[in-house]
Amino acid sequence: MSSIIVRVKQKQIAQLIAKGKRLDGRGLHDYREIKVEQGIIERAEGSARVLLGKTEVMAGVKIETGEPFPDTPNEGVLTVNAELVPLASPTFEPGPPDENSIELARVVDRGVRESKAISTEKLCITPGKKVFVIFVDIYVLNHDGNLIDASALAALAALLNTKMPNYEIEEGEIKIKPGYSALPVRKHPIAVTFAKINDKLVVDPWLEEEQIMDARLTITTDDDGNICAIQKGGSGYFTPKQVFEAAQIAKEKAEEIRKKLGWGKNGEKN
Amino acid sequence: MSQKTEKLIDKKGLRLDGRKSDELRPIKIEVGALSNADGSAYIEQGKNKILAAVYGPRELHPKHMALPDRMVLRCRYHMAPFSVQERKSPAPSRREIELSKVIREAVEPAIFVEYYPRTAIDVFVEVLQADGSTRCTSITAASLALADAGIPMRDLVVACSAGKIEDMIVLDLMDIEDKVGSADVPVAFMPNLGVITLLQMDGILTHEEFEKAVNLAIEGCKKIYTLQKEALRAKYVSVKEVEE
Repeated sequence: MSSIIVRVKQKQIAQLIAKGKRLDGRGLHDYREIKVEQGIIERAEGSARVLLGKTEVMAGVKIETGEPFPDTPNEGVLTVNAELVPLASPTFEPGPPDENSIELARVVDRGVRESKAISTEKLCITPGKKVFVIFVDIYVLNHDGNLIDASALAALAALLNTKMPNYEIEEGEIKIKPGYSALPVRKHPIAVTFAKINDKLVVDPWLEEEQIMDARLTITTDDDGNICAIQKGGSGYFTPKQVFEAAQIAKEKAEEIRKKLGWGKNGEKN
Repeated sequence: MSQKTEKLIDKKGLRLDGRKSDELRPIKIEVGALSNADGSAYIEQGKNKILAAVYGPRELHPKHMALPDRMVLRCRYHMAPFSVQERKSPAPSRREIELSKVIREAVEPAIFVEYYPRTAIDVFVEVLQADGSTRCTSITAASLALADAGIPMRDLVVACSAGKIEDMIVLDLMDIEDKVGSADVPVAFMPNLGVITLLQMDGILTHEEFEKAVNLAIEGCKKIYTLQKEALRAKYVSVKEVEE
């Protein structure tokens, strides 16, 4: 970390950004290459692997039945968990989830939940008693920065890939029937993360940019361009102007990603 | 649930507790509420009752966590089991762990962390009663406790929420407005520097509504900032009067 080469490189990254350039040749608002692969784990109801440059995140969906929350008796339950697996980075250690993995899971959760991406009202079996519980488990496999955007993409890709077993209700008990149907997903929330370096906003920071950033801002927007979740991180600050500018860029970037991956309006999936 | 049918805004445009859309809840602040802590503050904002205490700068344990060029700021946001309708388990929840992190990152930009290398400052926030926007009220209290502890700061950090209920952008959400409303935007602000140190959002807002909510929250922050300074003066300027 403190080796002289790292410091020289960090200084160069910061100086380039001040001039509107980045060390890896990207523009300030460019994403690294995004690759999405779905249905890679047969045992899971839904799964996906996302590569964002060298950052690699996998997400798996498992479906169980359980009790609904008392304030939403007619709706299924969504649970998002994230694991920063030790093999992904020298800085990840085994043990219970730390604040970073909890924050990661909660930011992804907020995007999916607040955009109402999943039609949870269609996941009710017996109102107030039994509903489907959707577990989304995010598995970070290689950490090269911007885990939030990669994880949000992986979670959404896995949900879009999720098949629910067909069932019928006999005397309050569910009976599994042959065949599958797709999990009802109606929105495609996309998280766009900014790092503030040298008072400039850069999109999709890689690891070495994250190490020198002053603050981080994630803005998640839905298919209609509405904002559905925001999270500021890091011990720096943003001016209100920077925040509003970021919101505008986030909307454009999210639309670009949806288009590229064929999700939403331009690639109807219904 | 019966909550869903309840109107959050009446015909006159007033909210359930009689507030206008851009009105704060009544706020009461006491600086130095605890004698053991190096700095402390107690705040009531509506039904929110929150205590913040600061210990440090002090030696950091475990020692290998210490940083050679700056202090380590630690923060714990915790809710008392009796602070909400249904008893909350005293074990830290995932929500509390996330809030501890964002509160720390909201107050840290105000502190000259490089003044105390190899030390730690602990900020403890206890929510005694919760009624919505507790993270904001906690930040307002925590920065006062830091100031009370004599920690050199660039500015006080002050926080306030705005949100959307029934198509209206309103200031300082209380619990029911947060639950039933359609969006919540907590903002922490340093008024002297004009910068945002905490920003979160959940719900659905258009870009215009979002800008309006952030600007409204900042206006709210500025009003609370005046009360923060008054509370500090009440402790440090009125000392002589007490001695008489």
